[in-house]
Amino acid sequence: MARSTPQSAALGLRAVAVGPDWAIMAAPWRADLVGDPESGIIAGGVVTTLLDQTCGLAVSSKAHSEGRLTGLATLDLRIDYMRGAEPGKEIFARAHCYRLTRSIGFVRAAAYEHDEADPVATAQAAFALTAAPSGQARS
Amino acid sequence: MSEDHGVRLAALLERVPYMGFLGMRAELAGDEMTAILPFQPRLIGNTVLPALHGGVIGAFLEMTAVCQLWLHAPEKRLPRTIDVTIEYLRSGRPVTTYARADVRKVGRRIANVHVEAWQDARDKPVAALRGHFMLGDALDKADLEANR
Repeated sequence: MARSTPQSAALGLRAVAVGPDWAIMAAPWRADLVGDPESGIIAGGVVTTLLDQTCGLAVSSKAHSEGRLTGLATLDLRIDYMRGAEPGKEIFARAHCYRLTRSIGFVRAAAYEHDEADPVATAQAAFALTAAPSGQARS
Repeated sequence: MSEDHGVRLAALLERVPYMGFLGMRAELAGDEMTAILPFQPRLIGNTVLPALHGGVIGAFLEMTAVCQLWLHAPEKRLPRTIDVTIEYLRSGRPVTTYARADVRKVGRRIANVHVEAWQDARDKPVAALRGHFMLGDALDKADLEANR
């Protein structure tokens, strides 16, 4: 269920823990992922991909726990950036799928280095459940 | 925008490691920038369809906004993202993706930008982004105050 995709492998994303309606994943700090060469802060795009992937994993986990096998497509993803991530630190994302209807999964997530209460970014997303299993945690 | 801007834009794309990771390029025609994301297998997020990773598409849209804003004031620091809303309209197929940014407002500290990405046809967008960005000027001032 938490199978890797080519992009998540290229970024070095890893699944840390998965529950019935939540998931935690991590992204490494790497020099080639920096978005602002002056500060060494990791690119927002890495955080975007981490949050998207983690949200998708939370939705597929909830669907799976209800005995449903589905594919997923992101409908929309909103991200608020509270601050730059600390250079050199691994970033975690925790996503909670708080509602799953027949066709849509609703998710909230936060990205942080140490403490979820002090987030780098927060996210709100909606995913469409597609009929055929996509074979991936997300599309 | 001049040829000089084109050279500086190419230099920016080389200077920002993550833009290199994506393999992103950009072309200028007058003041209109088209960002280009050539397909690479490692950008795939769904091997069954196959489709580009939604995060990659979102990141490409965000970087397009950052580049377009930076062109307005290339001597300043890169703008920093405050928030983005990404709408996914079609699955991103494993081909070249293009994007253009529309700077809706540039204030003293904050800019609002809309970006749209497409593949084969401009009128069939694969995704759109709306976002707010803190401008380089404001970042410099914030740093000055923090260091006082």
